[in-house]
Amino acid sequence: MSRNPYVREVSPTTWFFRMPRYMRYMAREVTSIFIGIFTVIMLVGLARLSEGQVEYENFLAALRSPVSLVFLLLALAFALYNSFTWFNVAPKAMPIQVGEELMPDMVVAGSHYVLWVILSVFVLFWAGVF
Amino acid sequence: MMDVQLAERQAELEVLRYNPEIAGEPKFERYSVPCKTEWCVLDALNYLKDNVDPTLTYRWSCHMQVCGSCGMMINGEPKLACKAMLRDYPGVIRIEPLAHFPVERDLVAVADDFIAKLKRVKPYLIPSDKRSLEEGEYRQTPAQLKRYRQFAMCINCMLCYAACPEYGLHPKFIGPAAISLAHRYNRDSRDGGRDERQEELATNEGVWECTFVGACSEVCPKHVDPAAALQQVKVASTVDWYLEHFMSWVKK
Repeated sequence: MSRNPYVREVSPTTWFFRMPRYMRYMAREVTSIFIGIFTVIMLVGLARLSEGQVEYENFLAALRSPVSLVFLLLALAFALYNSFTWFNVAPKAMPIQVGEELMPDMVVAGSHYVLWVILSVFVLFWAGVF
Repeated sequence: MMDVQLAERQAELEVLRYNPEIAGEPKFERYSVPCKTEWCVLDALNYLKDNVDPTLTYRWSCHMQVCGSCGMMINGEPKLACKAMLRDYPGVIRIEPLAHFPVERDLVAVADDFIAKLKRVKPYLIPSDKRSLEEGEYRQTPAQLKRYRQFAMCINCMLCYAACPEYGLHPKFIGPAAISLAHRYNRDSRDGGRDERQEELATNEGVWECTFVGACSEVCPKHVDPAAALQQVKVASTVDWYLEHFMSWVKK
């Protein structure tokens, strides 16, 4: 008897509609597009700053436009979602074993949150917010 | 012994049938099977084969979630048919061979690709210091056992491959189970084969094809958490790269 295996093709464009967990994954991936765009905006801001005060003031004014504010809020929400989901899986990538026991996930993930807050406070302090 | 009367249920099964000797696509066949409510899907398939259609083909062996043979798609989800209880499937139960693998016949998936990949990653002990029989056994503390035990629970059922969209899209990906098993030996205190395994693991077809969807860990019937294994291999491979390129004076 000869073999004649049947191959079921996976659609490269619609595969993630098949399961809710794939949709959740794609949602997390899409958040990084917004974070990427925000990074480009920051680079443009740097470039304007190097061109002088007038250019930089114009850039800041553009950031305050309603379209920009909506985008920035969205980007912030997505960045938070991305960070939370990422920190919460950190214990998988970095398990810490002490003796015969693993450190609780809360400790590993929690240390990421603590570091995040410390770095954020430092950046805000550096930027002259306080 | 008291004879326990189990409630009856007429289960409606939609089973994907494929006969390699007849040209054409696989087709769903509908069956109505008299079942006990406490049966699993595998029991229903066994009833079907014994009483309705003896040509129905599927793999199974232990009926107790140990052998890893009866993996199949049950209502679109990769499951062991012996672990999928009928009581959790009130409506029509749609049964297909494991996704992402070619179909050999009916519910039998072609496992050749997985077996070949498993061999490539050398999932066996490569002793760091070979001992003669006279020197006795390799000894290990409970803490050293704990380092890899979770990954040793893999039963090669391939549910993780059927769940992994990366494997579906890029079949060259070595995949969750094989990499988890390689990682299991990398973490073993008796083993010295990591450099050999890294040749396969720290590559585009290896761990870097993984984008951490995490579906493998959600479907794993033995809680191996392959996604964790793969992220740990990524972290270790990244550390290797930095040591090699920026701190070559540090010995691994």
